[in-house]
This record gives sequence, structure tokens and C-alpha cells, in this order.
Amino acid sequence: MSESEYKLSIAQSLIGRDKVSRRDFIHLGLATGLTVAAADKLFVSTARAEPLQGGFAKLGMAHGATTDSIDPAGYPDTFTQTAFSGSMSNSLTEVDAKGNVQPDLAESFESSDGAKTWAFKLRKGATFHNGKNVTADDVVASLRYHMGDETKSAAKPLLEPVASIKADGPETVVFTLKSGNADFPYIMSDYHLVIMPAKDGKADWGSGVRTGAFVLENFQPGVSAKLKRNPNYFKNGKPYLDEVEFIAITDLAARMAALSTGEVDYIGRADLKTLGMLKRNPKVEIVEVTGYGHYTLPMNVTVAPFDNPDVRMALKWAINRQEIVDKIFLGHATVANDNPIAPAIKFATNPQPQHSFDPEKAKHYLKKAGMEKLKVDLSVADAAFAGAVDAAALIRETAAQCGIDVNVVREAEDAYWDNVWLKKPWCASYWSGRATADWMFTQAFAADSSWNESFWKNPRFNELLVQARAETDEAKRAAMYAEMQQLTHDDGGSIVLVFNNFVSAKSSKLAHGEVAPNWENDGLKMAERWWIATA
Amino acid sequence: MNPVARTVLQRLGLGLVTLFIVSIIIFSAIAMLPGDFAKAMLGQSATPETVAAFQREIGIDRPPVERYFVWVGQMLHGDFGSSFASRTGYRRTVAEIIAPRLYNTMFLASMTALIAVPLALGLGILAALYRNGWFDRLVNAVTLTTISFPEFFVAYMLAYLVISRDTFIGSEFAQSLPHWLAVSLNWILNAVPKFPTLSNVNDQTPFWEHVWRVALPAITLTLVIVAHMMRMTRAAIINMLASPYIDMARLKGMSPMAIVLRHALPNAWAPIVTVVAFNLAYLVVGVVVVEVVFVYPGIGQLMVDAVKSRDVPVVQACALIFAATYILLNLTADIISIATNPRLLHPR
Repeated sequence: MSESEYKLSIAQSLIGRDKVSRRDFIHLGLATGLTVAAADKLFVSTARAEPLQGGFAKLGMAHGATTDSIDPAGYPDTFTQTAFSGSMSNSLTEVDAKGNVQPDLAESFESSDGAKTWAFKLRKGATFHNGKNVTADDVVASLRYHMGDETKSAAKPLLEPVASIKADGPETVVFTLKSGNADFPYIMSDYHLVIMPAKDGKADWGSGVRTGAFVLENFQPGVSAKLKRNPNYFKNGKPYLDEVEFIAITDLAARMAALSTGEVDYIGRADLKTLGMLKRNPKVEIVEVTGYGHYTLPMNVTVAPFDNPDVRMALKWAINRQEIVDKIFLGHATVANDNPIAPAIKFATNPQPQHSFDPEKAKHYLKKAGMEKLKVDLSVADAAFAGAVDAAALIRETAAQCGIDVNVVREAEDAYWDNVWLKKPWCASYWSGRATADWMFTQAFAADSSWNESFWKNPRFNELLVQARAETDEAKRAAMYAEMQQLTHDDGGSIVLVFNNFVSAKSSKLAHGEVAPNWENDGLKMAERWWIATA
Repeated sequence: MNPVARTVLQRLGLGLVTLFIVSIIIFSAIAMLPGDFAKAMLGQSATPETVAAFQREIGIDRPPVERYFVWVGQMLHGDFGSSFASRTGYRRTVAEIIAPRLYNTMFLASMTALIAVPLALGLGILAALYRNGWFDRLVNAVTLTTISFPEFFVAYMLAYLVISRDTFIGSEFAQSLPHWLAVSLNWILNAVPKFPTLSNVNDQTPFWEHVWRVALPAITLTLVIVAHMMRMTRAAIINMLASPYIDMARLKGMSPMAIVLRHALPNAWAPIVTVVAFNLAYLVVGVVVVEVVFVYPGIGQLMVDAVKSRDVPVVQACALIFAATYILLNLTADIISIATNPRLLHPR
């Protein structure tokens, strides 16, 4: 390293602390042989790597309705989830950008009795927005809000495995589960399960008093929510922004226009079709991350012809997934391999062989099933996922080359989930994904799940599911989950087409670290994690 | 009895009957919608128990006839009921949900009317004055063009114009043009004020900022409604100009402008006012598309939202407000036509 290069690296380390100006840095850069543009770029990227305090960000959300409420029993879409759960509140745990569970309001957690008993120790000094300390009683009341016969919470099934919750002193909460679950801390990160102050033993959601990085200032359902920084937030230095405003912009074109004209600094769910035009704007950057969400085509394995594993296999080889990614999702998705566990999730494997379009293999399995020709109905609507109808049209073309006649039935969008999903033998479906393999398998593949969309009841799979859940030896668990993923890949009734990307766009003045894949908008926590860079 | 007072009372009575019939139609139409609020609210994660708990709380487990009479009864007491989005202990009344939205809608409608009505009347009078001349043809061509485009197209084009203000000079299209043309086009674009493409306002928005924020929606709506009113003004005046008393005025030596303003226009009010009332009603009840494009929180978007989530009390209240708006504006138009027509005002 030459002397000037050394000086440059020192200068680089000083940028975030406001010790070196942009002009001085560029001078140093020129001395080391960098061009002005390159030195400037280096300055900007380094400056952005260090979070800066202050500023006001306007965030355009793709959802928002007049029925929205701060009640955590609801939170139907990204507006309420990001503004109220992610920015204003905390759960006991959170999922980081690497997909690992981390303590949030809890300081630590440990299990005993084969992962059947879980003790969460609360963070010392964490307070609610009104200054009250967070105690174990608040946690118990907040979680009980989602349990019992009278609750209207969408998170009720999540807490079904919990037998009892009790406070053990003011700082510890003990959960007893009906059966062991090594992934229980992940479930506690769910965006519904935020901690609220207890009032007369009941969770008080209506006051809007929470523990999070921001305090609610003004909320107009379906229009906007304005929040200001919580100066007493328990995470050091966070949040960076002084104020955020979430704006509901449900119209796609309006959202793109609002970012282009600088009316907002960020938009969720950018329009893939006009993304190219947006990229031309030098003040705009695209934020793209492959999430856990995936699009599936579940086959009901209890009815003919899908009860024959060879027919299922033939169909799995008769679909050109790459073409679907390229043509329908314009490249903003990742080819999936009939395994619902996204690559970013712990214990994810890629079962072999990779299922791709191969007419020879499809015909081979068809012959093995004792058929020359096959005719099946595929029920789709764009209510399942945007592009489902077009994807089905592509599948019809490729399947025809394999001797399979796929009859695409266009279903009504309204009440699709009531009338088609779980009712028609082969249809399209969407999963936003879950943070752990166990969670995903338990909800969509377990024999007794009401959402087992392919009615698949593989004895070995279900045996492994229960075993793996209570197993605390990481290596053994990994082996079990690998076998289960292989089983869904080879024998399962769900064709997992693609993992969809979260595509959003932001103004170049907003900066962020690694973006979490567990939910949209940086794991719903963008307000807490992002900052405004000087550049 | 004064004929104006009689007509007003008669019309008000008829209006109430109409409202009553409308209420029955609204209620049965909504009862026939597939799906229900509890399911729409809970989405994919609805379980039979949570749905049942929800339905009990908002009272949609009771028979429809009972629900209708409860609703009408409340309405007669001036109570629009509670939104289904209410929760135990946190009632959200329909009135408090609708009030700010109705204010926003009225704000946009008034602002558009303040621009569009004088503009349309002025253009219509001038077009009648210089009928069949180049001015008449130009005004007709332009207004007919803007009314022919769907409103969302006009809205997006205006938004695009504002975006182009900043991005035009860097675009490939601009670079393919001769330099002088690109520069002058850019100069023209920069003369366009930087209107906000996002008209989101809330109850804390100051008055003048509110005015500024709704500039683009107001211009869009003006472009959409001006043609209708302008053409009616022109036609009504031209119609009058063929009358013998106009010939008399002309023989007296009055100037054409004075003839139009003092003799033709007062007799042409009736058809003009009817068309103006029709367009004003449209500004209140029919602008949902423009609201969506510019993200303006008006009552149209509220109603669409409420239909999507099956928030029945809000849908019903919106529909009734729309019906009442039509009835009242038509009534006003009739009164103005009578008041401006001496033959109707003083019948023999």
C-alpha cells in the first residue's frame, strides 16, 4: 500500500464521523490515481455506510384502507404492518437480515424440557412511550389478547400450540407448549405479537402506546400515518430518522409518479413493467431482495390423476420455470424447485435433481404412470398471484409438448380463496412464506393442517416434522429438514414455481444496510433501520 | 301560495320519497354482495371461529329485514351508525369516517366549479358571439378533445407533464431532436408550475397548501366538464338569438355583446343551469378515478374501499349522500330556472 493509499483508507474511516469533507477526500483520491467520479462514488458509498441521525422520510406504501386500525389483531397488509408493527412496536424477538432470530424486547431466551418450556427474559430498562417499564405482566396480557375463544386475532392459530403463559417475576415470561418446538422464538417475532401495556390485566391496544422506535402522532385510516422519533428507545442510537410519514398509495402508476417527482422517498411494490423507465432517473434506486414468498400450484393428491406420484412428477418436469420468471415476472423472481423453503431460511437445501422443463423426462414419468396422454384442468385467477393466468397459459404450451393437455380454467377473482383454493383439484396459490422450515411445513404441508393445500399425507414426512420440531441438536435437525425437503420435492403435491422478489424503489438520499428478506420493507422495520445520507 | 315555494316543497317531498326508495335499493343490493366483512377483513387467515366472533360483534348474524329497520330508524335520528371497523371499546362512527372525506370532496368540487363554471360560461358566451368563426371552432375543438379522453388518461398525461419537467432534457427522445427544439421544449415544460402529483391531504393541511395540492385534480376535472357546459351555454344563447325581440334590440342599435348579456342570456339560464347542476353532481359523486390517480382522500375512494372490505354502514351512508346530492342539486337548478323566468315566476 502506497502512502497516499494508506492516507485514503484512513480518510475513508473518518468520513462517517464528519471529520473529512467530500472535497478533501476527492483530493486524496486523485493523489492515489482515482478519477474524480470514482473518488466521489467511494465517498458517497462510505458516507452511506455510516448511519446519520436526523431527517424526515416520506414512505409510500402499496396498501392502506379506511378500515385500517392500530389493533394488532388485524394488520392485514404492508401499511399497517410497516407503520404500526414494524415502526411503532416491538415483539419479543425479531428476524435479522441473515434470517436468524434475534432478541428484541426480550434480552435472551432459553428452552428446557425438550424445547417444551421457554423462558424469555425481558430487556432491562425498556419502557413504553408513556414512560412505564415493560414488565412480564404486559407481555402475558399482550399475547393472551390473541388467544382464547373470543379473540378475533389473525394470529390465533400461531399461538394454538401454547398451553400456558405465565409471568415468573417482573422480568421473565415462561411459555409451556403442548409439544416441543425448537423454533418457538421465531414465532414470537410475528408482527401481530407486539407488546402492549396491560390495563386491568388486559392488553390496551387502543391508546397506541407501544415500545417501538417511533411514537404515533397522527393517523388517518387509508390516507397516512405520521410518527415521530421515540427519544427513549431502548436500542442504542436507533432510530436514525426524526420523523416518518407513511402514505397509502394503492395506485401503481401514482406510486411510480410520486417517487419520480420526489413527493415520496420510498415506494413499496414498484411496477415491474415500468421499472426500466424509473431506473433512468439518476435520483432513484431499486431495492430488490428475494423473500420467503412463493407461488405454488397445489394438486389435490387424494383425487385422480394426481393421486399417482408419477403423474405429479410428469407435471413437475413439464413446466418451464425459467420462461415464467423471464416473461411473467420480468426477471424479478427466482426459479423454485418444488421446495417451499426459501434459500435464505435456516436449514434450506436444494433437493436434487433440479426440476426444469424436460419433455423426455415428463413423457417417461407419464409412461411409468401407464398413460400415453393426460388431460387436466388448471384453475387460476390473478387473485392467487399477479400473473397466474399468464403463467398458466405458458404451462399449457410447454405441457402440450409432453403429451399433457392442460385445460386452463379462468376462475372469478372475487372470493377465489373461498371457492377455488382447497376446492379445485389443481389451482394456483400464494404463500408469503414463514421464517422457519418448521413453521412453513406445519402450516402448508402437515397432515392435520387446515391449509394443507395438496391434502398430502406422507407418513414419513409427518413423523419427521414432529421429531425435528423438538430436536435441539442442530446437525440432526438439519438432516431431518433435508430429508423432508427432498420428500416434498419428489413426492409432494405442490408445484412450487418461483420465489417472488420484493421489488421496491427509493430516492438516492435514503440509505440502508443489508435488507431483511422475512417481510417486505426491510422486514417491516425500514423506519427503524434506514437513514438519510448526506449525498 | 308562491309558485316557487310550492315547487320547492313539492320537490322536497318527492326527494324524500326518492331517498326512501333509494335506501331500499341500496340495502338490498349490498345484501346481495358475495362474501362478508368478517372474511374480507381476516383474509386468508380467517378461521370459522374468528369469523363467527366477528359477525356476532358487528351484528350481521341477524336477519336482513330487522337490520334494515334498525338502520332506517337510526338514520331518522341523525345517526349513521358505526363502521364495521369499530372494535369493542373503540367505536368508529360512520359520521366521523365520512366527514373529513366529504369535506375533501366538497373542497375539490368547489375549487373545480370555481374554475370550470365561469370558464365554461365565458367561453360559451364568446363562442356564441363569434359563432362559426375561428374562435368558436378552436374552443369547440379543444374542449371536445379533452372531454373525449377518459379522465384517467387526462390525469396521467398531466402527471407525466409534471414529471417530464425534470426528466425531459435527459431523455433519449430529447436527444434525438435537434438541439434548439429540445431546448425550447424544455423551456416550455419548465414554464409549467411544479404541481404536486400526490394530492394527499389531511386535517392538518393548511388551507392554501390544500388548494395547491388539489391543483392537478381540479385541472383534470375542469378539462373533463368544461365542454358540456360550454356547448350548452353556446347553444342556448344561439337559440335565443333567433327570437324577434333580439332583432328588435339589434335594430335599436345595441352592440352584439350587450344583446347577448342583457337580452339573450337571462332567458337562456334554464337549460344552462340544468347542465351546470348535472356537472356539479358529477363532481361530487363521480370523481373516484381522479381521486385514485392523485391519491386524494375523497368520498369516492372511501366508498370503493368500503365496498371492497364490505363495510356496509359506510357504503350505505355514501350511497345515500350521493342520492341526496343529486336530488338537492336538481332542486336548486329548478328553483334557479323558475326564479330567472318571469313567466314562471308570475303566472297569470
